[in-house]
Amino acid sequence: MLFGALFSSLVLLRTSDPNWPQGWTILSVPLATLNTFILISSSVTVVLAWAYLRLGDLKKGKLFLWLTLLCGLGFMIIKAIEYGTKFSHGQFPGTNNFFGTYYLLTGLHGLHVVGGMVVFAYLLMTANKWYATKRDQFTNRVETTGLYWHFVDLVWIFLFPVLYLL
Amino acid sequence: MTEDVVHEPQHHGHDNSPEAIRKEVRKYLAVFAALAALTIITVMIARLHLPGWQAVSLALLVASIKGGLVAAVFMHLISEKKLIYAVLALTVFFFGVLMWGPWHHRYDAIGQRNISAPPPEQMEGH
Repeated sequence: MLFGALFSSLVLLRTSDPNWPQGWTILSVPLATLNTFILISSSVTVVLAWAYLRLGDLKKGKLFLWLTLLCGLGFMIIKAIEYGTKFSHGQFPGTNNFFGTYYLLTGLHGLHVVGGMVVFAYLLMTANKWYATKRDQFTNRVETTGLYWHFVDLVWIFLFPVLYLL
Repeated sequence: MTEDVVHEPQHHGHDNSPEAIRKEVRKYLAVFAALAALTIITVMIARLHLPGWQAVSLALLVASIKGGLVAAVFMHLISEKKLIYAVLALTVFFFGVLMWGPWHHRYDAIGQRNISAPPPEQMEGH
C-alpha cells in the first residue's frame, strides 16, 4: 500500500502538470531495460534455489542464491550509475516534481532491494549448518524471502514503464 | 542437538516429489522467457510514441500481464487458499481507491474532463 499511495501521488502530480516531461526524454531507457532483465532473472534464480533445496541439492540451491544476490548487486550498481549521471547533470530530487517522484520511488524500491540482499546474504552465510539440521525450516525461509523478492520485482515491473517509458 | 532430516512429499501445500519439482522448474523457465519477451514488447511499444492514453493503456496492460505472471507463478498465487485471495482482494480494493482519488480529481463520473483541469492535449506535446 506504501507504493500504492506513491503511485497515486505520481498520477495526481503528473496529470495536474501540463509540463510534466516524458521519462524517455530524460532517463536512460537502455539502463532501465537492463535492470528489468536483471530483476526478472533474479526472480527466476530465487525460485530455482528454492526448487533445488526441496530436491535436497544444497550446492545448487546455494549457487542460485548467490546468483540472486549478484543480480541484486548488479541492479544497485546500475542504479548508482544512473543516479551518478543525473547528479552530474545537476538533476536532484529538489530540481522539480518529476525528479522528486523519480528519486523517491526508485530510491524506496532500491532500499527494498538492499533489504532483500541482506537477507539473502544471511541465508547464504548460515546455509550449511541450518540446512543440515533443519532442512525444511531453511527451505521455507528461502521461499518466504523469495516471495518478498518477487514483490520487489513486481513493483519494478510497474515503475519501469511509468517512470521511464511514458 | 541434531534433528532428523525428513523429506515430506506434501509440505505447505507443495508437492515435493522430484518429478513435480522438475516440472515446476520448466514452468519457471517458461515464465522467465515470457517476462523477457514482454519486456522487449514494452520497450517496442514505447518507441512507437503513441498518443497519451493509448501509450499509458498499452504500457500498463503489458505491465499487468507481467505482474500477473510473477504473482501467479513465482508467488504461487494461482494455487493459494481462499483466505489469501480474500486478503489480496482487500488490498486490490484499497489500491483501487488510491488510484480512483486522482482519477476522480481529473474526470467526473461520466468520463468527461473537469473544466478546472488543463486539457490533455497540452500535455502530449512534452
